[in-house]
Amino acid sequence: MNELRRALLKGGTAAGTVAVAIAAGLMRPSQVLAAEWNKAAFDAKSVSDALKGIGAASPADSKDILIKAPDIAENGAVVPVEVTSRIAGTQTIAIIAEKNPQPLAASFDLSNGAEGYVHVRLKMGQSSNVKVVVNAGGKHYTAAKEVKVTIGGCGG
Amino acid sequence: MSLTRREFLQILAAAAAAGLPLTDKHALAAKPEAGFYDLTRFGNLRLLHFTDCHAQLLPVYFREPSVNIGVGGAVGRPPHLVGEALLKAFRIRSGSPEAHAFTYLNFEKAARTYGKVGGFAHLATLVKQLRAGHPGTLLLDGGDTWQGSATSLWTKGQDMVEACKLLGVEAMTAHWEFTYGGEWVKQVVDTDLKGKVDFLAQNVKTTDFGDPVFAPYVLRELNGVPVAIIGQAFPYTPIANPRYMVPDWSFGIQDDNLQKIVNEVRAKGAQVVVLLSHNGMDVDLKLATRVTGIDAILGGHTHDGVPQPTLVKNAGGQTLVTNAGSNGKFLAVLDLEVRAGKLAGYRYRLLPVFSNLLAPDPAMADLIRKVRAPFEDRLNEKLAVTEGLLYRRGNFNGTFDQLILDAMLEVKGAQIAFSPGFRWGTTLLPGEAITMERLMDQTAITYPYSTLNELTGTQIKDILEDVGDNLFNPDPYLQQGGDMVRVGGLTYTCSPFETIGRRISNMRLDGKPIDPDRKYKVAGWAPVAEGASGEPIWEVVARYLRDRKVITPRKLNLPRLNGMRDNPGMA
Repeated sequence: MNELRRALLKGGTAAGTVAVAIAAGLMRPSQVLAAEWNKAAFDAKSVSDALKGIGAASPADSKDILIKAPDIAENGAVVPVEVTSRIAGTQTIAIIAEKNPQPLAASFDLSNGAEGYVHVRLKMGQSSNVKVVVNAGGKHYTAAKEVKVTIGGCGG
Repeated sequence: MSLTRREFLQILAAAAAAGLPLTDKHALAAKPEAGFYDLTRFGNLRLLHFTDCHAQLLPVYFREPSVNIGVGGAVGRPPHLVGEALLKAFRIRSGSPEAHAFTYLNFEKAARTYGKVGGFAHLATLVKQLRAGHPGTLLLDGGDTWQGSATSLWTKGQDMVEACKLLGVEAMTAHWEFTYGGEWVKQVVDTDLKGKVDFLAQNVKTTDFGDPVFAPYVLRELNGVPVAIIGQAFPYTPIANPRYMVPDWSFGIQDDNLQKIVNEVRAKGAQVVVLLSHNGMDVDLKLATRVTGIDAILGGHTHDGVPQPTLVKNAGGQTLVTNAGSNGKFLAVLDLEVRAGKLAGYRYRLLPVFSNLLAPDPAMADLIRKVRAPFEDRLNEKLAVTEGLLYRRGNFNGTFDQLILDAMLEVKGAQIAFSPGFRWGTTLLPGEAITMERLMDQTAITYPYSTLNELTGTQIKDILEDVGDNLFNPDPYLQQGGDMVRVGGLTYTCSPFETIGRRISNMRLDGKPIDPDRKYKVAGWAPVAEGASGEPIWEVVARYLRDRKVITPRKLNLPRLNGMRDNPGMA
């Protein structure tokens, strides 16, 4: 374990870290929200409306989208989902938790040849497919992985 | 009556001399072998493995299941064979000591004949004997070692830590150990075990950065052969057990990380790669098809006493998958022949530890006496006497669980009772006293709270469906390795081959269908949610037992099963 890294992070207050990040131009939440927030897609209550909202009504299945997520979530409040797109020219990666009240959980715009890799933590209330939609050169591709959310207990 | 070692051996010898005609297939006629534990030497290294002893320091009775259903690709394959089907598959003779050890058949009579099993003093003698017969040995503990008894709970597993050090365990992995809290485990690993027992878990990482928490593997040279032991902790610890016990750690199967580690140890020169696993056998069988480069998976968790390994073929060759039972009942011996840097042959024996056949090791017996001394009065409190056989293990219910359910229904004034489908817990023969110690064998956990809740019919069904899917999902990676929640009061039908939401039907209380919207009073114990409280379950059951004094044979509340006819996992 990297104790130094851990100590450094613990040492700085959370507010201080965030302030530094914003000052450095790493985080610009207000601007992102104001200029690029796809309200229709994120407010959508169904998977099909969310897909329409991101302009991907009928994406093609792809084996070049790799989704790493737990088979059974350890904590439905923070389900780690790691997406790697091996599709050349990946421009956006959208993540949809199909059974969430608002299924579209995240959408990332990648530019200037950024690597097609994102890692998020989703809140999931129940077992559901996690669907990923990739936009590359105006074409949409998709893959899915099921994540179980259980009540727990009763193990061996 | 149980036999002494001398009497036991005399019976074996007499049976041999007589040639013993086996007219009754359950006749207790052992096939005698001169020296039950004298193994012929094979190969150049010997791995000794025990798992899931659940802190049973003294000899116990343990009845193997009569119901251990396999679904999907597991139907009719080890470990989902019970009784006669198991004997037939492994060519074990009816009426032999092995038949008694590996099956529930004729349990009471055979248990009285062959006596108790396990016990660390007896195990220590056997380990010493098997080490003496071989120049390159390693003793591995698959976990679930620090939990399952009164003394382990009351010493936070310290009794087992000391016993394992004395036994000479060289590496271990874990599951229930984590229910003493992650910080506690880390402290024991960094102090008591340091330099003595390697605590291995490739699949435990911090939730923030994914940093490894424990050493993933250890490289040892045995008789000149470099051997890698990789540890795999129970992947679903934070789900099957309280999350708050290990709040900062992530588990999971992580077979991609495992593949990287196998490649790493091979690159470092390991000629034999072994996974010391607490996945459960079904998970291990699937894992062996996906991860290459492992010679053997020495498995536990599902408590399956499987006499011989399953050979799994994969893209890189083949992998042996074993499961070594529970409660200290067995010691596995895997002898390996390594030639020109590669595994060339193996022999496997899962030896039943018949306490009457092994003299107790004096040093270990002394240690056990010392750790028990402060607690003897509490342990020996006689709560009641049982008229029937009391056991736990089985997919749907056991007589001891029924007793717990009956106690909860009465003491809590509930309409329905739930008891978790744990697989640990010892067996009592008819006529034996139910002491506090025997009750703790079934209940000794760090979150023993008994609860009484009002649940709707829909919620009750959701719970049964959820647990049913942990047991009967055809994908082993979604199986958590426990048994079905035991149910008191409520009757239902279960269709294991169905999918979640469709397995449970016909739920009734007192013959009337359960109303999805009505609320019912439901008693339970072992809640995994943080902040739960309630009287410890052992107090609830102890009160019921003290009142009763004599416990009549229990009538098992079992679900009606659909689609299980001819399943070799059911007797």
